[in-house]
Amino acid sequence: MAKPIVMPQMGYDMTEGTILRWLKREGDRVERGEPIAEIETDKVNIEIESFESGVLLKLVAQEGQTVPVGQPIAIVGEPGEQVEAAVGPAAAADGKARREERAEQPVGAPVAQAVEAVAERAPGERVRASPLVRRLAAEHGIDLSQVRGSGPGGRIVKEDILPLIGRPAAVPQAPPVEVAAPAPPVAPAAAPRPEVEVPPAPVIPGLPEFELVDLSRMRQTIARRMAESHQQAPHFYVTTVVEVDAALALRKQINEQVDEEAEKVSITDMLVKACALALRKHRGLNASFAGTQLRVYKRIDIAIAVALENGLITPYIVDADHKPLGEIARLSKDLINRARAGELRPEEYQGGTFTISNLGMYGLVEHFTAVINPPQAAILAVGSIVKEPVYRDGGELVPVQRMRLTLSTDHRVADGVAAAQFLSEVKHLLEHPMLLLVR
Amino acid sequence: MAREITYRDALREALREEMYRDERVFLMGEDIGHYGGSYAVTRGFLQEFGPKRVRDTPIAELGIVGAGIGAAIGGLRPVVEIMTINFSLLAMDQIVNHLAKLHYMFNGQFTAPVVIRTAAGFGQLGATHSQTFEGWYAHVPGLRVVMPAVPKDAKGFLKSAIRGNDPVIFIEHSLIYRNRGEVPDDEDFLLPLEGAEVRREGTDVTIVSWSRGYYLALGAAEELAREGIDCEVIDLRVLRPLDIDTVVRSVQKTNRLVVVEEGWRTLAMGAEIAAAVQERAFDYLDAPIARVGSLEVPMPYARNLERLVVPNKDRVVAAVRQVLYQKQPVTVG
Repeated sequence: MAKPIVMPQMGYDMTEGTILRWLKREGDRVERGEPIAEIETDKVNIEIESFESGVLLKLVAQEGQTVPVGQPIAIVGEPGEQVEAAVGPAAAADGKARREERAEQPVGAPVAQAVEAVAERAPGERVRASPLVRRLAAEHGIDLSQVRGSGPGGRIVKEDILPLIGRPAAVPQAPPVEVAAPAPPVAPAAAPRPEVEVPPAPVIPGLPEFELVDLSRMRQTIARRMAESHQQAPHFYVTTVVEVDAALALRKQINEQVDEEAEKVSITDMLVKACALALRKHRGLNASFAGTQLRVYKRIDIAIAVALENGLITPYIVDADHKPLGEIARLSKDLINRARAGELRPEEYQGGTFTISNLGMYGLVEHFTAVINPPQAAILAVGSIVKEPVYRDGGELVPVQRMRLTLSTDHRVADGVAAAQFLSEVKHLLEHPMLLLVR
Repeated sequence: MAREITYRDALREALREEMYRDERVFLMGEDIGHYGGSYAVTRGFLQEFGPKRVRDTPIAELGIVGAGIGAAIGGLRPVVEIMTINFSLLAMDQIVNHLAKLHYMFNGQFTAPVVIRTAAGFGQLGATHSQTFEGWYAHVPGLRVVMPAVPKDAKGFLKSAIRGNDPVIFIEHSLIYRNRGEVPDDEDFLLPLEGAEVRREGTDVTIVSWSRGYYLALGAAEELAREGIDCEVIDLRVLRPLDIDTVVRSVQKTNRLVVVEEGWRTLAMGAEIAAAVQERAFDYLDAPIARVGSLEVPMPYARNLERLVVPNKDRVVAAVRQVLYQKQPVTVG
């Protein structure tokens, strides 16, 4: 019988391997234990051996292709045998897609009885469910990967999920926390994109009844982008304290001089300019991680997180390091006003190379951390200005207005020192605010 | 008031009442006069209405339908009998290329209110006389195709067909002429030539059929009811225009559908119904739609083999079990 040779797991943390070179061709005789291919893992290049003896009927994976552990890379059997039977539907050469399906299954199976059912389904195998079941599952937030299918071929049918839905009178399952969780203070570009199918929250027995609240498109986008950011970009955080008496004084002076309301400068505007100038000096943070490469942007576009009634949006100021503070003030006021009115055009919020999230202006928080707005490399979380006693060099205690800035950085893009240097440049600019006017 | 009469008598009443009501109504067909019709629907009509209104014709289906079309254009209301639907193939050109299209091609200047009565059926009649082609006619825009299962519909449809201006293919079935059912006394009892009817309400599975298939569906539903399986049975009644709404509503309730037809399944009514239901009620289906039909062979003459070919109650029961994901030994053909 034709049998698949699968990508072996060489080491507990190996999840996939890349075929570097086939050592055998289709039609070649192979013996059990004979090397058939050279593969590359995260750590090593290694030869893998056939687990079966027979004729190499088909090379499912091509050289250069990356295949998840456990997925077929070749079929071994007797000459003339049917290959499809061994590979199974959908397995052929499509390892990547299948891996993504598997990745969608949340870890942890809350329904005890479901655990064994899941075990019956091979990893990455498609969940078979009737159209009715798929609709009901979506409506009631049931994770079908955790449900045992009693129909033909393990198909999940209505009967299988009715107990999970409960009787019409007593609806409820799924953790309400997931529905009601407060949005983290983050700054996503809430672009209305086609919604991506997100696996529904698993059903957890024992939780009280809840009300199902449909997420707006914006909330769905925030959910998707923030989850993506927090899962994929390893965040680290550095915080500094900035003395802002000089900046506040300069701001007061400017705002007393300008006539137009539109030109009045906010602390956020000064932060935009300071960050833009600091990025000009530390270009490595004005970048996106792109697999084996880094995209270092040739322009500095600073996005500002704007809170809306039920969501947030991040319009950005193009080429901010080259714009005078007054122009930044004018542009940011306009963007913020139109963001609140829902009048932004997509090109005004889809983009930005760095984001500033200022919760400080609400006077509520002294310090917080933000989730990076992908695909950017960093985001600055700004706390409120607090008057604090500070010891000067001479030992005297003086009242100083201070503000805490926390930079979240994608560790794939930059390390701690780079983040610290950038932040210290921002601090220096804000503490010597005349630099914001001359650079 | 209503009486219980046979399907055959319902047809006879409809024809007689309409012939008395409107002298433009006349009958023509093979052996309908002196012989009284192959299925005795017009027995005694020649004596009652005379040879001018009950005309025996040569064995020439194309000519019979053509003459009917001419008479209809000229202002009469012909009821043409084609002895069995097998022979209607000879009249296909007149039916499909002329009858269905006259009104349309001549910009509404003519109507052709022809009713073609014909019968499906089998019973050791051999391969050429045991077929059913309702799907062929239901395929054609410009025709109404009805296939009543019960006497009430037979009478109400036939009277409406005769009075209406659309060409109607009125398909009876040789094995249900003796079935009895209630029919209203009213001489003006008419039924619109459209709409399916839910004849048995149920919650577990929908069985759709028409004509004799309806009785198979009902028999299966009654047998399954003893096991607690609650079938909804829909009599489709009219094949064109197809009332898919009624089927969709039912499937939305039961989530499962079995279509029972007497003919071959390939490219037949059941295929159309299954396709239309998945378009309209995909998210309500809990199982693939099952179709029960004849085995795809020319009908054998031998009685035992014929029994194996045509659908029966057991096959409908098996199909219901299949869509309910119940275990069973029988394969649905």
